Amino acid sequence: MSTAPAVVRAHAGRFVAAVDQGTTSTRCLVFDHGGRVVSAAQSEHRQSFPRPGWAEVDALEIWRSTQRVVNLALARAGIGAEDVAALGLANQRETTVVWDRRTGRPVAPAITWQDTRATDVAAQVAAGPDGVLVEEITGLRPAGYFSAPRLHWLLEHVPGLERRARAGEVLFGTMETWLAWNITGGGDGGVHVTDVTNAHRTLLVDERTLEWDPRLLEVFGVPAAMLPAVRPNVGVVGTCRTLLPGVPLAGAFGDQQAALFGQACFDRGQSKCTYGTGAFLLANTGGSPVRAGVTESGLLSTVAYQLDGEEPQYAVEASIAYAGALVSWFRDSLGLLRTAPEVETLARQVEDNGGCYVVPAFAGLFSPLWDPDARGVVAGLTSYVTKAHLARAVLEATAWQTYDVVEALATGPGLTLDRLRVDGGMTANNLLMQTIADVLDVPVDRPLVAESVSRGAAYAAGLAVGFWPDLDVLRGTWRRAASWTPEMSADRRRRELAGWRRAVERTLGWVVPDEAEGTPPLLL
Amino acid sequence: MSIQSVVRSATVLHLLGAAPEGLPLADLAAGTDLAKSTVHGLLRTLVEVGFVEQDPDTGRYRLGSGIEDLGTAVDPHLLRSRAMNGADSLAARTGLEVRLGVLAGDSVELVHHVFRPDNSPQRLRTGELLPLHATAAGLVLLAFSPVSTVRRRIELSSWTARTPTTRAALAQLVRAAQRRGWAVADETLRPGRAGLAAPVRQRAGVAAGALSVVGPREEVLTPAGEPRPGLADLVVAAADGVSETLRERR
Repeated sequence: MSTAPAVVRAHAGRFVAAVDQGTTSTRCLVFDHGGRVVSAAQSEHRQSFPRPGWAEVDALEIWRSTQRVVNLALARAGIGAEDVAALGLANQRETTVVWDRRTGRPVAPAITWQDTRATDVAAQVAAGPDGVLVEEITGLRPAGYFSAPRLHWLLEHVPGLERRARAGEVLFGTMETWLAWNITGGGDGGVHVTDVTNAHRTLLVDERTLEWDPRLLEVFGVPAAMLPAVRPNVGVVGTCRTLLPGVPLAGAFGDQQAALFGQACFDRGQSKCTYGTGAFLLANTGGSPVRAGVTESGLLSTVAYQLDGEEPQYAVEASIAYAGALVSWFRDSLGLLRTAPEVETLARQVEDNGGCYVVPAFAGLFSPLWDPDARGVVAGLTSYVTKAHLARAVLEATAWQTYDVVEALATGPGLTLDRLRVDGGMTANNLLMQTIADVLDVPVDRPLVAESVSRGAAYAAGLAVGFWPDLDVLRGTWRRAASWTPEMSADRRRRELAGWRRAVERTLGWVVPDEAEGTPPLLL
Repeated sequence: MSIQSVVRSATVLHLLGAAPEGLPLADLAAGTDLAKSTVHGLLRTLVEVGFVEQDPDTGRYRLGSGIEDLGTAVDPHLLRSRAMNGADSLAARTGLEVRLGVLAGDSVELVHHVFRPDNSPQRLRTGELLPLHATAAGLVLLAFSPVSTVRRRIELSSWTARTPTTRAALAQLVRAAQRRGWAVADETLRPGRAGLAAPVRQRAGVAAGALSVVGPREEVLTPAGEPRPGLADLVVAAADGVSETLRERR
């Protein structure tokens, strides 16, 4: 797929640029040959929530933000497009946009991954015979957070859209597709491509062949003419024209897969967890998708990465809804902290949780118990318990939720971790990182200048154009900045786990049917 | 005799303290019985030192974060959180181990530690206490904190032949740090090891912490004991970057 000019060009550029198009902002980072961050720029964009459960963004605003941050990052590095060997993209996953292929104007606001309007579409498919078909082909149980149900909603609700889609007048994409099309020329010859990680999470491609499956297009009523070409994550797909003119566009990834790649978790058994508002743990499962015990354990089978001309690699993904968000709740709703990092100061005032556990089942319980009627609890309160014990229990909740998904990986698909690589803002919390190492009983490693999402996109693009020769060299650029080793005794781990389990049990079935109305929708 | 502008400033602060929603200039002028231009002059200075803020939308004045921060040290975990990116970049650029230390009694307490980025086995040293007089971070904390009593009372134990063990020797090193804006520790804690530190400054130049690089002497210093070319600039720039993030609220 690589074109000759792109390869020649690669040796001229001294840097690789990566764009991370996220939920609330778009960032551009410039990396040098050693994998070091040379410069960065970030721009926020507006989200709108026009109705309860709806979450939209203006795709044109995101395109403008992207242009701004790329130019700013280059200016800050003191370089021009001619110094850039390749561009890589990473994106918020499942956010769906449809646009006019001639004018480049979106036909409606982009529907983001947080939006729940397509939940019913997915539920209907899941309940019928098509549910089995979708799961057989994709390895995924239909749910509202994949992109095809959102696309189906748009086709049904935007007047004339289906006809225009069949006539090939409009194009569908997730955000990396939208940006790639615009960067490579838009209506004037822009390439219409998606990558295998984003394509798989539409619910429209076969998990093994990674091609659009006509039966699935039928299920969701999606005309093939509007779909992008599915490409590997690592490979030149086109040449930038409107931004970074002449630079090969050479890599794209969904953000969590980008983080796995950026953490150099290239091999089966390697895993990373990103601790932000929520947390995402991805474990590389190697060359074939894992089915057994995945969905049942509350996990998702997902594509990890594919190099141009090679077999795809797969991963299992687990998510934790409330990680940093629990600390934010402790700060904002309880008012017990001035700033989020001070939760560690408070927690360190005591030696243990004083018998107190916090289970943040704010919107029901996910893996492994799956109870939408569960609600959060603070359990084990006695007059001995202080806010410091609560702070400790708040941090431990993130550690034990990690334990729960790691256990699901072991009991479901049979994956055991021997180390865990971490990134995200919460890695600044040393007490949390130590507690995670303690409860998992494996060492926890934080890499230098994590920025794993952007790094993954940069690695992909750099690899495609020969800026980095192979995965081994990339493994070599991974640098350990800190490491936490387990210190907790097996006995104490057992006792604490039992306490956590009893607290989790107490969340179950809290909402009774006639009160259920008006509760927030279950949002993953 | 009272200093008039101090008395007037205190009155302005008291008025603002009684009005959480803020006050326009006219109300402050009325409340202090002073001309608007006089009050405006006071307010400008108070904004400069961080004791007053002006709402960019309404133009009203209110108490600034500098007032809230008086008498409270920067939280060490907030400091670490704000220093993470800068410390990581410093380690990536220098290839050296990076530490962030704060003053804790008569010692330096490490609140953040970034491994030397060579993937060699290393132990996380966050929480460790180190002697003030024998580390670059300690010299910086002594030089940029109002702690002359600490300097007079700390025990000057000898760690190596080069540890400063007299008050005069220590004072000289502290003065050099004040003059240069950074400090070096040349084999004063362990033979063959050196460090270079710069202050993370809070308001009025007071150190909230000291950011340092530590490593084999030849990687930090020239044979003559001066920082290797460019190294002091890198450490000072990184520390200044962290200082800036501290000034951003929340």
